[in-house]
Amino acid sequence: MATVSITKRHPAKVHGSRVSRTAKPGAPRLVATPGRFGPWGGRYVPETLMAACEELEREYEKAKRDPRFKARLAELLKSFAGRPTPLFYARRLTKKLGGAKIYLKREDLLHTGAHKINNCLGQALLVERMGKHRVVAETGAGQHGVATATVCALFGFECVVYMGTEDMRRQELNVFRMRLLGAEVRGVDSGSRTLKDAINEAMRDWVTNVRTTHYLLGSVLGAHPYPTMVRDFHRVIGQEARKQVVQAEGKLPTAVIACVGGGSNAIGIFHDFIGDKKVQLIGVEAGGRSEKLGDHAARFQGGLPGVLQGTYSYVLQDEAGQIASTHSVSAGLDYPSIGPEHAWLADQKRAEYVSASDAEALDACKMLARLEGIIPALESSHAVAEVIKRSPKMKKSDVVIVNISGRGDKDIGILRENLQLD
Amino acid sequence: MSVSFRAKPSLVAYLTCGDPDLSTSREVALAAIEAGAEVLELGVPFSDPVADGPVIQRASERALRNHVSLEDVLKLAAEIRSESDAGQIIFTYLNPIMRMGVEKFAAAAANAGVDGALVTDLPVEEAGEYLKHMRKHDLATVFLAAPTSTDERLKRICEVSTGFVYAVSRTGVTGARKDLADDAQKLVQRIRKFTKLPIVVGFGISQPEHFAAVGKFADGAAVGTAIVHTIEQNPGKEAQAVAELIAQVVGRRSSAVSP
Repeated sequence: MATVSITKRHPAKVHGSRVSRTAKPGAPRLVATPGRFGPWGGRYVPETLMAACEELEREYEKAKRDPRFKARLAELLKSFAGRPTPLFYARRLTKKLGGAKIYLKREDLLHTGAHKINNCLGQALLVERMGKHRVVAETGAGQHGVATATVCALFGFECVVYMGTEDMRRQELNVFRMRLLGAEVRGVDSGSRTLKDAINEAMRDWVTNVRTTHYLLGSVLGAHPYPTMVRDFHRVIGQEARKQVVQAEGKLPTAVIACVGGGSNAIGIFHDFIGDKKVQLIGVEAGGRSEKLGDHAARFQGGLPGVLQGTYSYVLQDEAGQIASTHSVSAGLDYPSIGPEHAWLADQKRAEYVSASDAEALDACKMLARLEGIIPALESSHAVAEVIKRSPKMKKSDVVIVNISGRGDKDIGILRENLQLD
Repeated sequence: MSVSFRAKPSLVAYLTCGDPDLSTSREVALAAIEAGAEVLELGVPFSDPVADGPVIQRASERALRNHVSLEDVLKLAAEIRSESDAGQIIFTYLNPIMRMGVEKFAAAAANAGVDGALVTDLPVEEAGEYLKHMRKHDLATVFLAAPTSTDERLKRICEVSTGFVYAVSRTGVTGARKDLADDAQKLVQRIRKFTKLPIVVGFGISQPEHFAAVGKFADGAAVGTAIVHTIEQNPGKEAQAVAELIAQVVGRRSSAVSP
């Protein structure tokens, strides 16, 4: 079939109308979006969402200074979530590794089984202040989804959780828990069917229902104010740990280790140590099954600066700027970008980012279960894997805190598929 | 060059480039112009199209199976330009531009003969560097205005927009809808206070009735999802089917308006 040639048939080109593109003189100077960590972060969302982000930012700024808000949050964290969580001395693990004295920050003991509830309670109070009644959220491992469903039940909000169908398969127990709590779980079948795709779908819902709906984002990702706000709600982890370690050891730790997906538990425990330059901060990414793009989620070892889902950070992507697929045995770590504050901490060399492979994480999970009677979540097992590598090279006078961000009950199915028990 | 939108409204046609392949996109684009589209929005497929509904998501996935890139879309634009003078706007998410480099993108776009760009997830606050390079090459910078935008934001959007302002008819992702919210007309009236630029209404226009209704208060009406859906439903005869759709959407208006 011959192609239609507009030019030949219409010499005057009447069917086309060039767009006028003359710039007006004296265009205004633009102020970059707020919420920057060095160059990272910002607010890159479609215009429809700008007003909602601005509203949330205003409301959060007001709430932060409101003593009643702070008091209610503190009370819920204590009586509902179970704070403070203990700092536990891992005697047998310490002895086995023969190096630094190892402490575990027990976020796995919190209500719902992970640190995620800290942020969900904070945001639920904001939803109430904003007069909204519907909450949407994304979830990867299901921990954030469960925490969201829990606070929605507590506050009486309608709750929709988006979850990749691949993750629903990996974390079917959490899917049932969310439904039991009254949430609607919507499977997401697009893209890689994991966390990133669930975020896309939650953002689409938010864009559509923005006037009544709050997006309860579960990590230090997305557009401002989320990375700052979510961090603030998790800072309590580091505040407690700092006090507890000083009480137990009479000094600050040599190192603090946490796993990093989006990076919420890590930034939470790191934050109150950032000013203590001698305390090493170590984030552990998912090394997956190989170093090939698509086989891991180690953003600092393969990522390039880019914008994904509202924020500017390191992003795993191809040369055309398409977001790469990722892999990790743990559904909570396989996100192709990383919280912008982590990008800044890495640039400043204030924190160090390493990775642990699937196999190392599985071994670490088993080791902690057998030596300490604690089954950590597969996400947290990545942090345990790092202390197993690092501790033997450290001095006996060194003290290390490992954040056990969640418990492993949700991972029993995957552990059973992957571990040979003797 | 400064040609205003001729018809009232002008039809602005969106397509996801490379769906199902680049040569079909070229045929569809030319057929759309032939059928009455005055401006083309050339969509760059992206792996994570957060502002798009399922129809355009699927189109992006099909295009990405062929690894269609921003560079390919600019090549396609140049081919279309060699055959038509119709307005061409690159419609994209920010990350592909960042990977190419904003400066390089502006130069390549100008070189391809396109008229401008709309970057879905680039708010005006963040657009300084982008505006600088686009202005240097005399390229239009189209921004979105939403029903949820405050007057203060609309003012800022109008100040940095050139070419036209794209009014999002209602909150939500792209997708054909049965009826257009009052949101659209109210928004156009609010935008009108801040600019003399043409205003194009988009997000949800699929029927001749929508098109005629939008014509009463806006300069242009963008048809996107309906075109992409037509492409999906008519394998092998995409160009012809899109031409028929556009003739139908535009046609009702001309018969109603003509004496």
